[in-house]
Amino acid sequence: MGAPCDRCEELLQDFLDRTLTDAEWREAEDHLGGCDYCRRRYRFEESLRRYVRTSSVERMPPGLMDKLAELRGLDATA
Amino acid sequence: MSEPSPDTEARRIATEARDRARFEEDALALADQVYRVARRLVGSREEAEDLVQETYARAFRSWRSFTPGTNLRAWLLRILTNLNVDRGRKVQRTPQTQPLEETDYYLANKVASAAGEDALETDDVVERLSQDSIVNALSDIQPQFRDVVVLVDIGDFSYADAAQILDVPIGTVMSRLHRGRRALKQRLAEEALS
Repeated sequence: MGAPCDRCEELLQDFLDRTLTDAEWREAEDHLGGCDYCRRRYRFEESLRRYVRTSSVERMPPGLMDKLAELRGLDATA
Repeated sequence: MSEPSPDTEARRIATEARDRARFEEDALALADQVYRVARRLVGSREEAEDLVQETYARAFRSWRSFTPGTNLRAWLLRILTNLNVDRGRKVQRTPQTQPLEETDYYLANKVASAAGEDALETDDVVERLSQDSIVNALSDIQPQFRDVVVLVDIGDFSYADAAQILDVPIGTVMSRLHRGRRALKQRLAEEALS
């Protein structure tokens, strides 16, 4: 891993967030096109993000919705 | 100014009751999403439940301060994150760990050295991380970084919404998000690969 890979690592988050400038985007794409090392790490990061997002599709505990519904009509002065 | 006629007064009350009921319905419809964020901000399911109940109690009391047509989910999450900050102060959490020095490839590099470069090409490693490891890793991150990661990467809020919820500039959201994600990867590496 050399300087171009360091640079590619710096661009990783903004690349996946799609917040790179056009020039930076091209820079990352050019490098990824020829670098397995970085390409694997970008791919890994993508699945990690997906995992973090989907690991959280936990439903509310049963009964919580009823408790919340009971709070309706609470008085501002209460 | 003359007293409103009983008729006008009755209409006003009826309108207000209707607006209020609509607000409450709209807020309750978002409860799942609010809980999801709460669950990732605090350590346990019980705490998350308490936090969501406090949030709705406050939201229902102060429903008049919500501007119809604006982002209700962001409004609720703003209440929730503020309440959570207050709780954090009360609970006096254990001092947070050392400053973060790691970079973005940190976790991937750890995985590669433990299981080989090819392991990065499959989802095996990621899938081996348990729900608990995400929760634990998140709860180890400093709150100001964790809040942003939870809102943007789990709650799907835009930078602008997260900035509004947390009452900080967008630039701050972005820099905290970057640091928070790196911190999360460092913690996950410690959790999952140690």
